[in-house]
Amino acid sequence: MRIAVLSGKGGTGKTMVSVNLSAATKKSTYIDCDVEEPNGHLFFKPVGINEEEVSVLIPEVDKEFCNGCKKCVDFCKFNALAYVKDSLIIFEDICHSCGGCVLLCPEKALTEKEKVIGMVQKGMSDQVEVFTGILNPGEPSGVPIINRLLDENKSENKPGNKSESEQMTFIDCPPGSACIVMESIKDADYCILVAEPTLFGVYNLNMVYELVTLFNKPVGVVLNKCLEGENPAEKFCLEKGINVLTRIPFDKELGLLNSNAEIAVRKSEKYRTIFTSLLDTVKKEVHHETAFNS
Amino acid sequence: MKQLLILSGKGGTGKTTIASAFIKLNGAKAYADCDVDAPNLHLITKQISEPKKEDYYGLPKAEINTDLCIECDQCRQNCRFEAILKDEKYEVDYYACEGCGVCELVCPEGAVALKPAAAGELMLYASEGEVFSTAQLKMGSGNSGKLVTEVKKQMKTASKNAEFAIIDGSPGMGCPVIASLSGVDMVLVVAEPSISGISDMVRIINTAANFGVRIAVCINKYDTNTENSEKIESFCKEHRLSFLGRIPFDVDAVEAINNGRTIVDIDCTSGEAVKAVYDRTLKLLFEGGG
Amino acid sequence: MIIAVPVDEKNIKSRVCVSFGRTPYFLIYDTDSKEDKILDNSAAASAGGAGIKAAQLIADNKANILLTPRLGEKAADVLKAAKIAIYKTTNASAKENIDAFIAGKLSLLDEIHKGFHGHGG
Repeated sequence: MRIAVLSGKGGTGKTMVSVNLSAATKKSTYIDCDVEEPNGHLFFKPVGINEEEVSVLIPEVDKEFCNGCKKCVDFCKFNALAYVKDSLIIFEDICHSCGGCVLLCPEKALTEKEKVIGMVQKGMSDQVEVFTGILNPGEPSGVPIINRLLDENKSENKPGNKSESEQMTFIDCPPGSACIVMESIKDADYCILVAEPTLFGVYNLNMVYELVTLFNKPVGVVLNKCLEGENPAEKFCLEKGINVLTRIPFDKELGLLNSNAEIAVRKSEKYRTIFTSLLDTVKKEVHHETAFNS
Repeated sequence: MKQLLILSGKGGTGKTTIASAFIKLNGAKAYADCDVDAPNLHLITKQISEPKKEDYYGLPKAEINTDLCIECDQCRQNCRFEAILKDEKYEVDYYACEGCGVCELVCPEGAVALKPAAAGELMLYASEGEVFSTAQLKMGSGNSGKLVTEVKKQMKTASKNAEFAIIDGSPGMGCPVIASLSGVDMVLVVAEPSISGISDMVRIINTAANFGVRIAVCINKYDTNTENSEKIESFCKEHRLSFLGRIPFDVDAVEAINNGRTIVDIDCTSGEAVKAVYDRTLKLLFEGGG
Repeated sequence: MIIAVPVDEKNIKSRVCVSFGRTPYFLIYDTDSKEDKILDNSAAASAGGAGIKAAQLIADNKANILLTPRLGEKAADVLKAAKIAIYKTTNASAKENIDAFIAGKLSLLDEIHKGFHGHGG
């Protein structure tokens, strides 16, 4: 069972919710897909870390064969190639690894080599298997890292291996609604949207809600940092008929635990109860959806 | 034109809340929202006029003409982005397509062509000598430094005589941030006193330092974790960064925002604190020194 | 010697454009024949890597000198490889900057900013 946790914007408590849900589950996997700013590992402090580099393919030129026809330069939509003074210059961090120049080169002067763009870390934190994707600064796209994270998780949870539907995986998505978020939720069975009780929160919730509906994903909202008085995000959910999974009140204790990168369910009985009950709600929702769709 | 950029490394630190307060305090004649993924500034700076809208085109996307397609499968086999779908007919996954043109290159029948694709919308509000430039990226259009550059260019062109501009930056570390940094005179980093907030702050400061821009820091919601707030201050001291003040967590601030007002429109503790940060920021920007 | 200058308008009296990669036009001036011509900058519409493409364009037009107020890192790499010298412009028009260069009054551009990495998609 794969649960993606998203929010239209950073800082709503997306990581807090996914980290605590993972920690509240008996045995689970937590995947940090926020590869530009992975923060989940700061909470889990996983041990026994296993690192693997992630590479993409980029072109390499053999000057012997290059005759300066410039077909590759003209073809590259990303302008990653230039040809001056009888030599081809390749800008690796602009290249999108489409392979077009290699296909095109009439002299077969271009081949491909691997270039490291970041890594995937795996470790354990109590009963939680923690996957972290880290994109090197300045790299154009974290999508290859996210794909690797999700593929590794899938291959570990082969159907029939252990009952796949029982193994819980929580995906901490990048903020926003860009293509990198779409990659993260592609294979999710259910999406949890985390929203703040502000006007900004509503605007951002609406964006990410449109995204998950575009992908036909079943969805529920966690209202975070709730204060007394009117909650524009809750009003929005009512109007749109979106299921509210739980309301987490604004609480200094949670804020402090969180800002010190502590996992609330491991420190506080109160939060263990809150997240265990949220977990039950989510599981029921997913079963309901599966029954409904089959 | 002096340009102040407000940045935060990650979202949710109160960057927009502080930017909107600065705009109000300054009566700014030029301002922009460079958070093109999730723009929020327009929600709080009341705009009376309708914006001038313009489509923004990113990279073109592939389109298959199924009348010409002979289903040779070349495009699908050569696409590195898994963007060619084969159902009853061949189709391009609009969101996966990066517009590289490989499918067009390999198609023996000329059935694939790259077509312009609107990736977002640029908006310009101009009234009473005030210019506000903003944009909204379409879903799944990827982070675009180019759109951020367009937002800033639009602001500059429309407000040639403004002395001072306030720019609400993009969150994260990627290319939109790099694009928002270019050409600014000073960066104000809004930090949050949490372990992850500090880690994000350090990363954004390192990025900004590459540009040789003057960097100042303030802390928002400092009282939610005073210990971490002290860590941020000593980090600034150690690295000789101007520290411009602390803003407390304030329930009234949430209410002000929900009513579409800035925190300096009402009488509240966070509003008072942000005024002090504002005064120090302008002093530093226009008089230099520290 | 051939001089290239990014310009806002299609004439030699135009202001120098502040963006090298996304300038609408380049002015190409030949110091021997004293003739000038205008090139459309095909790089301006690129989603990313505009500076690289613009550098390729002026290299293809055999420029030896570029006058510009600022420049990205990657464009600078291409120009360096093409052995094109880069001088920093003043606030004056393209014509005045060309005259100032010929009179030896412009200095080399030494401040190269990190590019914008304007990736689309």
